[in-house]
Amino acid sequence: MYKQELTDLLKELFPEAEFPENTQLTEMVVTSEKLHYAAHLLKNNKNLAFNYLISLTAVDFKENMTVVYHLESTDYHHTMVLKTVLTNREHPAIDTVSDIWPTADPHECEVFDLFGIRFNNHPMLRRLFLNDDYGFPLRKDFRDEINIIER
Amino acid sequence: MKYEDFGDNDSLEILKKSGGNILLTSIDNLLNWGRSNSVWPLTFATSCCGIEMMAAGAARHDFARFGIEVYRATPRQADVIVVAGTIVHKMAPILKRLYDEMADPKYVIAMGACAVSGGPFYYNSYSVVRGVDHVIPVDVYIPGCPPRPEALLYGVMQLQRKIKGESLSDPRKVTNEDLL
Repeated sequence: MYKQELTDLLKELFPEAEFPENTQLTEMVVTSEKLHYAAHLLKNNKNLAFNYLISLTAVDFKENMTVVYHLESTDYHHTMVLKTVLTNREHPAIDTVSDIWPTADPHECEVFDLFGIRFNNHPMLRRLFLNDDYGFPLRKDFRDEINIIER
Repeated sequence: MKYEDFGDNDSLEILKKSGGNILLTSIDNLLNWGRSNSVWPLTFATSCCGIEMMAAGAARHDFARFGIEVYRATPRQADVIVVAGTIVHKMAPILKRLYDEMADPKYVIAMGACAVSGGPFYYNSYSVVRGVDHVIPVDVYIPGCPPRPEALLYGVMQLQRKIKGESLSDPRKVTNEDLL
């Protein structure tokens, strides 16, 4: 499916979502409440069939945090980017997609480890690499006077 | 490489332990000859420098020619640990333990910018140890990112030169004060 076709189909299915222009891949931004529903539909819709989660990561833009999902359909070979914006920096939380794509399980643990974003209904959300009392080092406001030499 | 060709670096001669009687120095010479020509490295590599170290051990460069021989998979049988790659805070206690498990006399080569000083991760990194000499005492530093196999060979030869300067009358001791 070509990029324009894919965008049109997505616009039809998700009228309330945002579609940023001039992006390399097809992008769709949904609200954090709609994320789980959107992910479910993207996988199970017969014409979309996004059955492969390439990567799940997060970006800290200081005023908000964005969770980014790269999706691919191995049936149709089309890709897209699903984004959702979290404005609450104190207790960022979002629904897990590990029940839809099982590979999201460790990815979400990693995002929780480095950004402190909680994933609701995750089967075992734990820190992958760092100690439990450590901060969230990939946040822009993370400071560590002992270990970090700033430049 | 001939001994005279090391003219660019005379500092190692200062380390040479002198004195002792003829018998002891003869034993020293024999022992140092044996030790320096059979340095067994530990199989320890954490990143891209490890690939370069494997290249140095493989057919094209083949550092067995210089007496740094078979890779040992256990620290009990190893003489030298080539720290090839980035050491993070989580890896540091394991590296220290590996070093402690090696039998004396033991040597350390810090290979590459990460092991020497933290290298590209010196600034703004929360996880990287700034130089492996914060954890274990280093004998030879090899700069480069990563160093070419020739540089590793040169570093190994410097280490062999250092071993040749040792003496039984004043055995090598490594204490925690040697750390940064």
